[in-house]
Parts: sequence; structure tokens; C-alpha cells
Amino acid sequence: MTRLLEVENLTLQFDTDEGRITAVDDVSFSLDAGKVLGLVGESGSGKSVTAKALMKLNAGNAIYGPKSKITLHLDGGPVDVMSLTTAAEMQVVRGGAISMIFQEPMASFAPAITIGDQMVEQLLIHTDMSAKQARELSIEMLNRVGISDASKRFRQYAFELSGGMRQRAMIAMALSTKPKLLIADEPTTALDVTIQAQVIDLMKDLVADFGMGIIFITHDLGVIAQTADHVAVMYLGRLVEQGPVREVIRTPAHPYTQGLLAALPHLDDLDAPLVPVPGDIPSPLERPSGCVFHTRCSKAIAGRCQREVPQFTRVNEGHKVACHLYTSEEVQA
Amino acid sequence: MSEAKPLITTRNLSVHYPLRGSLFGPKPVVQAVENVSIDIIKGSFFGLVGESGSGKTTLGRALLRAAPITKGKVVYDDGEVRYDLPEIEGRELKDYRSRAQLIFQDPYAALSPRMTVRDIIAEPLEVMGLTKNRTETDERVREIAAKCRLNLEHLRRFPHAFSGGQRQRISIARALVSSPRFVVADESVAALDVSIQADVLNLLKSIQQEMGLTFLFISHDLSVVAHICDHVAVMYLGRLVETAPTRTLFSTPRHPYTRALLSAIPSLDPDDRGRAQKLEGEIPSPTNPPPGCKFQSRCPFAVDICRKQEPELEHAGDGHEVSCHRWKELMENEPLMAG
Repeated sequence: MTRLLEVENLTLQFDTDEGRITAVDDVSFSLDAGKVLGLVGESGSGKSVTAKALMKLNAGNAIYGPKSKITLHLDGGPVDVMSLTTAAEMQVVRGGAISMIFQEPMASFAPAITIGDQMVEQLLIHTDMSAKQARELSIEMLNRVGISDASKRFRQYAFELSGGMRQRAMIAMALSTKPKLLIADEPTTALDVTIQAQVIDLMKDLVADFGMGIIFITHDLGVIAQTADHVAVMYLGRLVEQGPVREVIRTPAHPYTQGLLAALPHLDDLDAPLVPVPGDIPSPLERPSGCVFHTRCSKAIAGRCQREVPQFTRVNEGHKVACHLYTSEEVQA
Repeated sequence: MSEAKPLITTRNLSVHYPLRGSLFGPKPVVQAVENVSIDIIKGSFFGLVGESGSGKTTLGRALLRAAPITKGKVVYDDGEVRYDLPEIEGRELKDYRSRAQLIFQDPYAALSPRMTVRDIIAEPLEVMGLTKNRTETDERVREIAAKCRLNLEHLRRFPHAFSGGQRQRISIARALVSSPRFVVADESVAALDVSIQADVLNLLKSIQQEMGLTFLFISHDLSVVAHICDHVAVMYLGRLVETAPTRTLFSTPRHPYTRALLSAIPSLDPDDRGRAQKLEGEIPSPTNPPPGCKFQSRCPFAVDICRKQEPELEHAGDGHEVSCHRWKELMENEPLMAG
């Protein structure tokens, strides 16, 4: 198993009119080639910001913490993403080694340029293909993602495609540069459930064929269960639990992960009451002290959780949780 | 359910929208809703599911008289008044508007950023002239706000200060302040986070029981519908394809489309990564629907008759109706359908 990506102590703040907001707080995780890491969290948990940090795509008011380190292991040796500054240097990761697909494909395609021209353009920038080769590869990729009549679609505009087809075209475009890492930010959220199932199947096939690593960002634990090998759960900018998908979903350790699973309607038991996680997600301007989840946690230990930030503790092989309820055997995060 | 009387009865309800066509020949129309017959029992939670473009929102709006009813009968009968919805206008329509309300999907877009929460909730009362003076209005607002777990402090603030879950509670309070009997909740929890969604669903359910409301709950999320609704109707391309009590529908779905929808829900079990029964293709455009059964273009069981003739809704047991030429046959060949 080859290590593809290592993120260490990633901290990211934004300067806003209302003050400095901590979006990502001391987050560390890693990903092997050919594996899918599911990054789960609710809105405002910092999952998209974390993913964008891997390409330094966050807005100009972003401040990276001094200890933040992102290492991408490529064929030519490791790349220290934090040290990249100019746009030219950044091309190694942006659209080169890393591709990203977004939630709303309509917003990601330029409306007045054909799908084909957009696919060809990025290949001309990131590879040394000729225009003809780029064209052939693009049509082949459209075919590969299950778009029928690919050479016709190649000449069409984004608005002429249905939602599911647009998302397929987006995946074709993201994969045509043969990235080592694909970041999929809520790729199925805007789709109907039957189309979502098709896109999930497609992505599974593509991982098997291309062997790249995927970071799959979603709020839907069902989608995670169906796609990911490992899961990392985020809450208010912190990772609270990570581990193999089976363990985290079947035996969640963190009260937040447990709460998320209890809040989901289960189809196999219609009588089970829906148990909401009490309270609301605090505003990022009012980040709780200590454990960020303590304001909504029913198991919070008085006096401790609101003061001390919990460090990661090992629960099982590869399964870690950041919670004071598990204080034995502290391991390095 | 105290009594099994329908609050809303529709018979062959159709909503057509005209398309721009040629000057000559018949005007082309989009059949957004076609021949839908449902009974929404008083005091029940009636679920309406389907993919985008299936006509579920249009049907909900037609029942609120917010979409044009082209054909068919729609009767509203709450015991006090009885309205033929396509016919009413003027004073009756105004009265109906206070009895039927809508809760929107997006709590961020539904609330005016320039009005305080108190004014937002009070607006329906003022517009419809349901209260005599400000004191009475304030009383009604406070009463409904308390039911939706909003306190006096909340009422003085503006919507931007609230989280998604709180905003949806404000939307619910506004919808309920006129004491409606019938509420259409259109994707009312779709924009909410999972941890908040359960809270809003529980709130809707408890308010429904407390106030004896009848809900039409429109959603694309079958697991949410399974939990909250008593009865479910499945729509595809403007047609009703199957309707049944919730338990029946989820335990013995009869229509191939319902089965496919159910099997497409991502399972929470990481070892259950099956691929059986995935639907190919996408919902066809309603401007150019396929002939015969509207689902035949994606149905793995379609045969000749499905391509020629549109199936009628047939009884398939207690309160269970299905619109498929082959449902009996497919039921007998259960292993064929098993995922």
C-alpha cells in the first residue's frame, strides 16, 4: 500500500469583518493510493475547506497555521503543498495531481463554452497532448463514464445535459488528466436517489480501474457506507473520530457520531424514534472551549470537557476517537 | 386517526401547462400532473415521493390552489366547510387560504431578512385580517412560537441570527399561525443537517397530533417519509404509480419503480454494497413522455403492452393501489425481483 497523502496539524483561519474564524483546527489524516476516505460532517464543519486546502484553493483571507503540513507523494517524490506559492508551482497539484468534482455541476461548467472545449482546454494546459489527442481522449472519457452518443455530447453546452449526465461529464473531465487524488465534494447530493446510485457505482468502477485515491466529502452516512474504506468525522473544524468504515458505522465511539447515526431514519426499523442531536451547531464566531462538541453532548463530563481539548485515543486497530470518555492509552494523532 | 374521513379527495386531477407551439394545430401542453386520484385522510400524514420532475410539487400546489387545476375534481371537507377547489373564488378562496398552508423547503430563502421574526410570523394574520387588533395578533404569535420552541427573545431578532433548524421552526410557526387544517410541507427538511432534521420531524409530528392537522409531506427522501407518514403515494412523470399505507408500501412494494427507488437508497451497512435493481437512465422530459406506461423506458420488465397502453390504477390489497400491467405476474415471480 503506498501512501498518497499526509495531512498533519492542518489549521486554517479566516479573517472576516466579524472577527477571526477558525474553520479547521489541528486536523491530521492520511490516504493511501487506491483507497476512498469519507469525510463526513454537517454544514459548517469545515470539510470543504479542508479539501480545498489540499490545493491551497481557499480565499485570500485564509491564514494557515504555522504547523500545518500537507505532503503529496507523487512519482517524482514528495511535494510539500504548503510551500507552493506561485500559480505555476501550484499547477503540479491544481488540476495536475489533484482533480476536484463539486456538488453542483451546472455551476462548475462555463455556460457559454461547450463541454468538449472545456475538457480539451484543461488537457492542453496540464498534459503535452496535441489538440487532436485531447479531443479523442475526452470523447473516450465521456464514453467511459456511460454517456451515450459521446461525440454529440462533446459539442453540447452544460445546459443541454440532464443533472445526472452533467455530473458524469464532470467526472470524465476530472479524471481525464489522470489525477493521483480525486476530491469529490458532495458529488451526489444534488442528484435523485436513482441517479445517485448510478454515480456511486461509476465512481467505484473508476477507483478500481484508475487506482487513484479519493476523498469523498458528504453529509450522508449511507453514501459513506457504500463508498468509503475509511471515515473521518468532522465537527466544527475538528476531527472527532476516524477509522475503518465498518467500525465507525457499526460501533461509533464518539457521542457525535453516535448521535448522527441515531438521528438517521432507519428503513429496517420504522418504529425506532428519531433521536435528534440536541441543540444547534454553534456559530463559528462562538466556538465552544475545550471539546467543541460539549455544548450538545449528553455525555459531557462536567468541568472537564468544557476546558480540555480531547486528544485522539485508540479504540481499536486504526480506529481513533477524540473524546474524554476514552482516556486510556493515548496515541499520537 | 380519530375518523377515517378524507379531508382532501381528488379524482382524475390534472395540471397542464401550455407550451409555446406553432400557431396551428392543437396547442402542446406539459402534463405536469395527470389523472391523480388520492384521498388524504383527516388527521393523517400523507407522503408524496418521486424524483425531481415527477410532479409532486405541482400536485401539492394544485391542492393549495396555487397551480392551475386543468381537469378533475378536488374536494376539501373539514367538517365546517366543504369546497370544490377548482370552483371556489373570492371570499371562499380567501377562507380556504387560511385553512391550507405551505411550509417551504429552504428556510434561508423563505424568510425576509428585513423583518423581525415576530413580524414574519404575524404577517399571515395581518394579511388575511384574522385578528382584531395588535394585542390579539401578538397573543397568537406568542402562542404558536411557543409551540415551535421559539421564545420572546427570538421574536425580536432578525432571521440572519438563526441557524437552519431555528429558521425552519420560524417557517413552521408562520405556516401554522392562521390555524390551518391542511398543511403542505414541501421538502421541509431537505435543506437541514441530519442532526437537526430529526428535531424538525419530531416537532412536525407532535404539532400535527396536538393541533389535529392533516399534512401532505412532499419529499424525495424515502427513509424520512417512511418514518413520519401514515400513507405514501409514489409519483412518476406526473402519474400516480403506487399508493399504500406506509408499512405496506415499504414491506411489499408492487410497482417496479417503487422497488427501484427503495433499492437505490444507500444502505448504512458497509457490507451490503449490492448493485441489484439499479435503474438505468433518467426520468424522461415531461414535454416528450414515452407512449404507454410512462415508466416503460426505464423499466426492466417492460413488454409490448407497456409500450402501447397506459396502465390504470388497480387495487392490490387493503388501501394499496398500483398502476402496472404486470404487478400480479411480478408478485408471483418474487425471486425475479429480489435484490
